[in-house]
Amino acid sequence: MKRKKSKSNQPVPEQGVSRRDFLRGAGVAVSGSLLAGEGLLKVAPAAESTGKVVGPGAVPFTLRVNGKPHAVTLEPRVTLLDALRNHLDLTGAKRVCDRGTCGACTVMLDGKTIYSCSTLAIEAQGREITTIEGLAPEGKLTPVMQAFVDNDAQQCGFCTPGFVMAATALLKHNGSPSAKDIQRGLGGNLCRCGTYHGQTGAVLQAAKAMKTGVRG
Amino acid sequence: MAAPCKYDWPEASDRHLIGTRVSRLDGPAKASGRAKYTYDVNPPELLFGKVVRSPHAHARVSSINIDEAKSLPGVKAVRIIQEPGKEIQWEGDEVVAIAAVSEEIAEDAARKVKIEYEILPQFVMDEDLDAAKQAARTKPTVDETKGEPDKAFQDPNAVVSEGTYGAAVITHCCLETHGQVTHFTDDQHLRVWQSTQGVSANPGEYAQVLGLDAPNVELTCDYMGGGFGSKFQVDRWGIECARLSKDSGHKPVKIMLERSSELLVAGARPSLYGKIRVAANKDGTLTAWESDAWGTGGPSGAGVPPLPYVLSIPNQRKHYTAVSTNIGPSRAWRAPNHPQAAAVTICALDDLAAKLNMDPIEFFSKNAELAPEGLVKTYREELAKAAELAEWKKYWHPRGQGDSGPVKRGLGVSMHTWGGRGHASNCQFTIHPDGSVEAALGSQDLGTGTRTVIAVVAADTLGLRVEDVQVKIGSSRYPMSGPSGGSTTVGGVSASTRRAAVDARDALFAAVAPGLGAGADQLEAVNGQIRARSDPSKSLSWKQACARLRGKPIQVLGKNPGECTLGSSGVGGVGIADVSVDTETGIVRVNRMVAVQDCGLIIDMKTAESQVYGALIMGITYALFEEKVLDPQTGRMLNPNMEFYKLATYGDIPELIVHMMTGPGYDERGVIGLGEPPVISPGAAISNAVANAIGVRVPSIPLTPDKVLTALNGKGETA
Repeated sequence: MKRKKSKSNQPVPEQGVSRRDFLRGAGVAVSGSLLAGEGLLKVAPAAESTGKVVGPGAVPFTLRVNGKPHAVTLEPRVTLLDALRNHLDLTGAKRVCDRGTCGACTVMLDGKTIYSCSTLAIEAQGREITTIEGLAPEGKLTPVMQAFVDNDAQQCGFCTPGFVMAATALLKHNGSPSAKDIQRGLGGNLCRCGTYHGQTGAVLQAAKAMKTGVRG
Repeated sequence: MAAPCKYDWPEASDRHLIGTRVSRLDGPAKASGRAKYTYDVNPPELLFGKVVRSPHAHARVSSINIDEAKSLPGVKAVRIIQEPGKEIQWEGDEVVAIAAVSEEIAEDAARKVKIEYEILPQFVMDEDLDAAKQAARTKPTVDETKGEPDKAFQDPNAVVSEGTYGAAVITHCCLETHGQVTHFTDDQHLRVWQSTQGVSANPGEYAQVLGLDAPNVELTCDYMGGGFGSKFQVDRWGIECARLSKDSGHKPVKIMLERSSELLVAGARPSLYGKIRVAANKDGTLTAWESDAWGTGGPSGAGVPPLPYVLSIPNQRKHYTAVSTNIGPSRAWRAPNHPQAAAVTICALDDLAAKLNMDPIEFFSKNAELAPEGLVKTYREELAKAAELAEWKKYWHPRGQGDSGPVKRGLGVSMHTWGGRGHASNCQFTIHPDGSVEAALGSQDLGTGTRTVIAVVAADTLGLRVEDVQVKIGSSRYPMSGPSGGSTTVGGVSASTRRAAVDARDALFAAVAPGLGAGADQLEAVNGQIRARSDPSKSLSWKQACARLRGKPIQVLGKNPGECTLGSSGVGGVGIADVSVDTETGIVRVNRMVAVQDCGLIIDMKTAESQVYGALIMGITYALFEEKVLDPQTGRMLNPNMEFYKLATYGDIPELIVHMMTGPGYDERGVIGLGEPPVISPGAAISNAVANAIGVRVPSIPLTPDKVLTALNGKGETA
């Protein structure tokens, strides 16, 4: 029987580089964010434009989330998603694929949607971060949230905050989306329960409600 | 007709909520991001756990060194799960567990664990039965003959079709990965938050393994991000998470699986492949079935699929072989074994219909005679309804005789069945003197609408609004209710809640009857009032009535099973797919899906339809995209991520038409579960539609472009 010995100190890949290692190695300034849904985030401006190297230990900085400053001390490798969830207890954005595919972690940076799992927290300093908690701070549902409820565009609900963020951003930029626009706007998010059917009605209802709201 | 019974569902004219379209109760919490899932639970002093997993599909642990990991600042506990000498049977199996003050440090520590393995020969090629036999990985489990299959196949009047069909191993890919937060608050008490389908069952599992008294384990699952059959049990990582909590000095520890681990170890749907022969008379009446089938669900093989599916063909010979492979073990996947059995059976029958030059709708309607007796009429009605909704007569054409261009359109149909009887359930029901109403059950809402169903039943019984009922589920502190699987929840919780609500209502009637000057049996609860049926002027508002309880709440326990029949079992269902196939690229697009489904009495039409819409989408996904792709050389999964383990996106979804069979003939059956059945037919229906479009069978799902092109090329060679 053919047998060989293998040495390994981590699961997979044996010789590989994890995403966090990559981000750490690549440095803060050059790691661009992936594209999310409607919003197209340009490569982040250098957080430390002086070229100063920070880390690898924890460094103090400020994140402005939902209009409020939060002083945090984090290692530069901590993603924005993990900073929000693990350090600020803002858990509306979910970790699902953890590598920029599914959109469950969608938040807005300066009004544009991004995948927060693929953005470093330290890159987001100086920017206005909006999470789903920031859309309805008083607890009253936004027209998009209400439309997701009315159209039952959710089941287990784990992907829903990401879809609500994507739909909100879509309608912010395009008040009368066509079927193709909705497909593009929601195309960066994934659902497992299969709630896409209700999402069409939800986006159309929200578009209508938001227009009426503006007129009124 | 059965005699009336006091818990019976109200007549259609007396239902003010049951069967209407009610928005799910927890919709606002979910849509606003306020809903706290297990993944979101962050108690003070939380530690983050990581599991070091085997990179090999089959190996023996030779040595483990955790010294460096242990000495890393911030690491609070390291545990060896599988000691040297243990045999690893699949990639991703747990070897070492770590708890640290941050997730990043836990990951650093995981990298510092040194494990040596002795690699053993692995086998993952489940599609190739001969290879499995050569590798000594097969175990015959079924060898059955019914009637006289040889005689039937040799009958000169018989038309015989044969082919190979199948469905690949897929995963559950729950968006909230498996996991839990465990907290030994002292040596004897364990607090658990777990993403689970079994709130009432899991504490006992922890207690047994950890040597605790069951009442000392309390488990919470307010919201859970998908299970689909993969989240019933307490997993090894759950037990280890609890032990890490103890080892780290009674700190809470969270282990949620990484996406890769979720796809490697947290659930697989067994594959099914089969060489099938079927025969019918020239008029299309099925006469004989022969199957040589096999499949894998990991190291211990797979359960036996129900072949032939739905139709009990009179003469049969059946062989089934379980194939053992080095992949993460199978778990129940929404309608266990049924989608695979449909993909094999209904596709084989569709090929026979094509050989007979019969319209499949006519063929299946005719052979519905062979379905279980109670469902013959149902299937015929559903086939006719589905054909109408899919505009079958307008768009169907004989196989391969459609468009002349490179993009071919086709239609296909399938049928399915499921049980769905309600599980054991207890509902503690309280009417408080202030008028508030509370239903507490140790159940869970997987996104199916369990909370909402409980509220609808309670409110309908008491003449209240849905929002007047407080539904308390998701805690092991509430009375035992069954795990959510096999479409058993709606039948279970609706029946226990109905019995409880009727008893509580009757107790309230008894309390207020003397004051109203009417007999308790003359009262009704309607529109937020308690009033005399014959004299509505004798009435009290709900709040006034409850105030007469003089500070003493009414509290009752409703059970299922129990008195009066409130549910039953056994549904039919039909799916039709309308597809376009690009014969130059092999890409299949679904244009339209139709589902026609019965499930007895529907409690909430809105969430019921959502189950079916979702099932169609999940069906499209496994029919076209999903596959656990394994490397035959290493036994490792090549797509343990969401870029390459593909789920349908918004843009993949066609027009979906859902029709629920309700009303006389259906409602009388009582409540029957709905989660499983509509997900069964899409695979076979889409495969049949593709065969109808391109004139040749793509043997197995998923119908990926390479398989479509291979099938088309094969056709070219034999033509």
